[in-house]
Amino acid sequence: MQLTLEFGGGLELLCDSVKSHNINVDPQDGEKQLTMKNLLSWVRTNVIKERPEMFMKGDSVRPGVLVLVNDTDWELSGQLETVLEEKDNVVFISTLHGG
Amino acid sequence: MDFNGVEATRIRQEIDHLKSKKRNIEQQISALEAQLNQLEVNSSTVCPQPLSNGDLSNSNGLSPDMIYRYSRHLLLPSFGVQGQANLLKSSVLVIGAGGLGSPALLYLAACGVGRMGIVDHDVVELNNLQRQIIHTEAYIGKSKVESAAATCRSINSSTQIVEHREAFRTSNALEIVSKYDVVVDATDNAPSRYMINDCCVVLGKPLVSGAALGLEGQLTVYNYNGGPCYRCLFPTPPPTNACQRCADSGVLGVVPGVIGCLQALEAIKVASLVGEPLSGRMLLLDALSGRFRNVKLRGRSLQCEACGDDAVLTRQTFSEFDYEKFTQTPLSTVPLKLNFLSADDRISTKEYNEKVRKGDAHILVDVRPSHHYKIVSLPNSMNIPLSTLEGRLPEISAALEKEVNKENGSNTSLFVICRRGNDSQVAVELLHKLGFTSAKDIIGGLESWTHNVDPKFPTY
Ligand SMILES: [Zn+2]
Repeated sequence: MQLTLEFGGGLELLCDSVKSHNINVDPQDGEKQLTMKNLLSWVRTNVIKERPEMFMKGDSVRPGVLVLVNDTDWELSGQLETVLEEKDNVVFISTLHGG
Repeated sequence: MDFNGVEATRIRQEIDHLKSKKRNIEQQISALEAQLNQLEVNSSTVCPQPLSNGDLSNSNGLSPDMIYRYSRHLLLPSFGVQGQANLLKSSVLVIGAGGLGSPALLYLAACGVGRMGIVDHDVVELNNLQRQIIHTEAYIGKSKVESAAATCRSINSSTQIVEHREAFRTSNALEIVSKYDVVVDATDNAPSRYMINDCCVVLGKPLVSGAALGLEGQLTVYNYNGGPCYRCLFPTPPPTNACQRCADSGVLGVVPGVIGCLQALEAIKVASLVGEPLSGRMLLLDALSGRFRNVKLRGRSLQCEACGDDAVLTRQTFSEFDYEKFTQTPLSTVPLKLNFLSADDRISTKEYNEKVRKGDAHILVDVRPSHHYKIVSLPNSMNIPLSTLEGRLPEISAALEKEVNKENGSNTSLFVICRRGNDSQVAVELLHKLGFTSAKDIIGGLESWTHNVDPKFPTY
């Protein structure tokens, strides 16, 4: 399954300062669907290069990170249970405080 | 959620909707009353009024001066006289007169908001002027509020400007915010953002929130018309080391400029009751790629600790809440000063200077990121950024060896420096662990060098 991942608000620093990633990831053995929970652990292993604790806490993202699936807050699509589809766009963005 | 819960939500939304309508009607009534008053004043005057009188009211409540000043607004069919009249009756509080607040204040002053409050406790500094465009060189060292207010008054003397030259704290927040219709959060730190949000929830004020860092910006409107508040989105504060500051990470001046302008736009929409404020949505700016992204956010959270159904937030609990403790971040922007090495492992910049003058054999490692090193550095220092230190130990060994040979085996010291003396301590601790037991930290870093040794050495 092809997905586009984007990192912003400083999270890109955890993956070699690359903001946009075109990835190919498939559901794990025995599973029909790819959920955000699956994707997060895949991202942690395959995309995040340093300080994974700045990206995740437990099996979700750390506080202060907004997750958007196709430009919509993942709270509205089921958070970790959100089922991903071909060509979906997933954005991880850290909330900014500067001004 | 059971049926009662759903029903309660529906009723609450209906109440919010009616409240907003009520506010609209009340504003229309006061506009009409002002019109009526003016008509009565005019008709009771014996002498005929000269046509050029600036106070002479037109049938729509706007004086000739106002009609001329705001004509481009009045000509907008979707804004028009009603939008302008609403704006003139409204009041907006801008918290923070920095990178976001500067452009927001300029546009809010120009557009004809009736009353504007400015909160800030800082003074203008030279390194603010790259982005805080409301301030000028003449105000360096003076209060930001004084400076911003002077600029706003020079743009529009008919807008009432209220100066709050104080830090925004739980002790004064309720009193200040209660005097305004709309709040603009133009601050630069996490505890302030939670504090301002909670204060707006307690007092029922819409909050126009903007943030910018580096080349990115974010904008949304909280606590408006049944939409989510800041805590609905971010119930738990982020870890301290995830909160970058402009003073450390940098910011391209125009980025907060863009976001600040958009904050003025949203404040104007809320205050004039025109358009669709950015509630339940967020605008994300990626300046580097020239992209705006408009995303849909969750609605108000029923579990929210500030605005949820079981929230216990009141004036009392708000004024007793410790926002610095909650976010593990100080409200003031004073940079962090770590101090965890023992005195034996540190020397002052003055002592280091003595050693240099005496020609003592040593190696100086500067652990700042390379783009910092390019700004300014001490002569004969070698740049090994902290993040790469472990992998580049052979370079340090080689440099030490070279220096030892040169000096015929005398003791060669290893000193570590950074910008403010925090990272250098982390580096020294790491070097000790990795076998470089003689490594010493230069206390206070390059900032201390400027203050205590060479005032001409640039700071940034
Ligand atoms: Zn809330």
